[in-house]
Parts: sequence; structure tokens; C-alpha cells
Amino acid sequence: MDRIPVLRMGSLLLITIQVDMHDKLALQLQDDVTHRITEYGSTGVLIDISSLEIVDSFIGRMLANVAAMSRVLGAETVVVGMQPAVAITLVELGMSLPGVRTALSVEAGMELLLTAAAETAYGFDDERSQA
Amino acid sequence: MNDLAEIISRNADSIRKQWMAEMSGSVQRTDLMSKTELDEQCRAILESIIEGVKTSGPTNVSGPGWDTARQLLQEISASRARQGFSPTEVATFVLSLKQALFSAIRTAHTTAKNQDQLFDTVWAATELVDRLALITTEAFTATREELIVRQQQELLELSTPVVKLWDGILALPIIGTLDSSRTQVVMENLLQTVVATNSKYAIIDITGVPTVDTLVAQHLLKTITAARLMGAECIISGVRPQIAQTIVHLGINLEDVITKAKLSDAFALALQRSGRAVVRQGPERASGISSLLVKKEE
Repeated sequence: MDRIPVLRMGSLLLITIQVDMHDKLALQLQDDVTHRITEYGSTGVLIDISSLEIVDSFIGRMLANVAAMSRVLGAETVVVGMQPAVAITLVELGMSLPGVRTALSVEAGMELLLTAAAETAYGFDDERSQA
Repeated sequence: MNDLAEIISRNADSIRKQWMAEMSGSVQRTDLMSKTELDEQCRAILESIIEGVKTSGPTNVSGPGWDTARQLLQEISASRARQGFSPTEVATFVLSLKQALFSAIRTAHTTAKNQDQLFDTVWAATELVDRLALITTEAFTATREELIVRQQQELLELSTPVVKLWDGILALPIIGTLDSSRTQVVMENLLQTVVATNSKYAIIDITGVPTVDTLVAQHLLKTITAARLMGAECIISGVRPQIAQTIVHLGINLEDVITKAKLSDAFALALQRSGRAVVRQGPERASGISSLLVKKEE
């Protein structure tokens, strides 16, 4: 498997990470996500890492990067389903991912993104959410 | 030096009797152990001492000839530590052998004119008993130490319950000082329960934490950040006035954390955020004088 699938669900993108991440895979993912957002005009990115058991600072950075890139492109990012051990490791590594939103499950994350999208729909970028 | 070994083995019975008598005056605890048991222990120790003096000499207590004696003393003092003897009582158990030994030496040397030899033997006996007493005390302390470690472990497991207040709302009352090892247990407990119960809100109540310094605050912030990474929101409650002052004086940054004075305030906030409200459905059901008081108040 040389790339992580990025699925489109309406105005959202769904990414489920189920394999051990390595450098090439992470760079490919960043590339894919940014392209998909511009292609589909997505308003939210949902990254499910519930099956990720091991993290290092590189993956933590990758998550923060994806979130920052998406924000530049006008999409919110939610990381869902982080395991307790993973959360503890990230905190011990000093990575609190300040710009990333989190949720307990895919359901909760989707709800969060849709509410955020509904709020911004009244704002300046309503022409894009109609498109 | 086999002089001492000979004296002890020849007078073993009388030494033991005097030893017992010596002890009964000061430390014998009939409530904790019977006289026959004590007698048995004294006999075993004396035998092992004779063996030790004969094979390795009276001063070389760490030598191989003393293995039995050392082991025996360690076992006895360990069992006494568990039974609740005081350190003095355990040390005196061995030290009271000295008097018995001295009188045995004295009777053996009544006819001898050689004062030097007498003195040598007495000195060897003193040194021997002192070393044996040290072994006893060390074993006693080691057993107590073990006991303390085990209790600490138990305390650690006992003191970090995570309770479910409502569907999706957890509470974690922390009682006692938060150190690194406890924070680890608290954090793991909390995060595991968050996943298991799918709770979005966790209230950390620090009413039972005596002091909050920078280290404790850092531990708390770590826990909160880890919970946030998983998608749960933490509220700190039970901040006492003194603790609020300390936090500000120390310059601890709790800006990004929601803090409340009482657990009830935090619970109300969590209910409100999850779109719930507690509504009173009617007058409070009370009886007698208390109902009158309530009415007056209203």
C-alpha cells in the first residue's frame, strides 16, 4: 500500500489511517489532501486514527501540518479516535497539536465539522458551500 | 578464639536460660508470641551461633560459617516486624544475649589467672553480639521498608477512581498530592474511561489536593491536553481560594483551561454544553418543620 485513501463524503473528506505511517506515506497524504480540498471544495477534513497504535513526533507533526494546510485552504480539520496511549505519548513528546480539533468518534467529528460549516455558511464564503 | 566457642557450647543450656530470664524482664511480649516459641527460637539461634564460632570464628560474621545464623536472625526479625514488635524489642532480643554470655565467660575463667585472655574473650563476645544485633536491625528495617512500598502501591491503586456522573460526563476526584507516578495512573485511568464510556466531558475535582505548585499544575495540564487530543473536554473544579491565589502568584497559565470553584458548577456547565438542563418539576418534598422553613424561604 503506497498511499492512504482520501474519501469524499459530501462536503467533507474522510481519511482513515490504518497502517504504520512512514515519511513517504505522510508526504503523499499531505499532497493528496491539499489537492482533494481544492478539487472538491471541501469544508472539512476528518482524520480517523483509531487504529493507530504507535506515534512519534513525525506523525504528530504531520497531523499538525495537514490541519494547518487545510485551514489555509479554508477547511477545518478534526482528528478522531485517538487511543489513550497515543495521546499520552504525544503529550510526553510535548506536542499538544494546538491548531487541531479533536473528537471521540467519527460520528462526533462529523457533527462538529457540519456545525462549523453551518456557522461559516452565513459568513463570507457562502458561495463556495453552495457550489 | 575457639575459647568462646567452647564456652558457649559447654554452657548452652544455662546461657539460654539466663537469656530467657533476661528477656522476660524487659521485652517478652506474651501477647504476640508464646514462651515455648521463644524458647525454640533461642535454642536454634544458639546452635547456629556455636556452629558459626566454630567454623568461621567469632568476628567474621559475614563468613560462610555464619550463613545459618544470619538467615535465622533475618527470618525471625522479619516475622517480628510483621507481628508489630518495636525496633527496641527486636534489638534487645539479641542484645540481652550479652549478659548471659558474659556470666558464662566469668564462670569459665574464675580459676584462670590470665586477665588478658579473659578480656579477649569478653571483647570477642561483645563484638559478636553487636554484629548479630546489627543484622537483626537491618532485616527489621528492610521488612518495614517492604511493607511501606506495598502500602504505597495499594494507595496508588485505590485513590484514583473515575466516576460517571451522567451519560457522557465523567468526574475524577483527586485526593492527595499529585506526583509524577500518580499522574501517570490518573491519566491512564481517565483516558481509558473516556474511551470506554464515550464521554465528551471530564471534570477533574482537586478539592482533595492539598497544594498546587508549578509541578502539580504541569501534571494537570498534561492530563487535560491528552484528554483534549482524544476529543474530550476537561473542566477543573474544586479550586479553593488559597489555591486560586497560589496559582496566580506562581504565574501558572491556566487560561486555556476551564476552571470552576465547585464540582456542582462544573457539572452544570458540562450539562449545559451537552445541551441538557436540570429542571425542577414541583415543590420540594419535605416533612415537618423543614417544609415550613422551605416555604418561608420561598
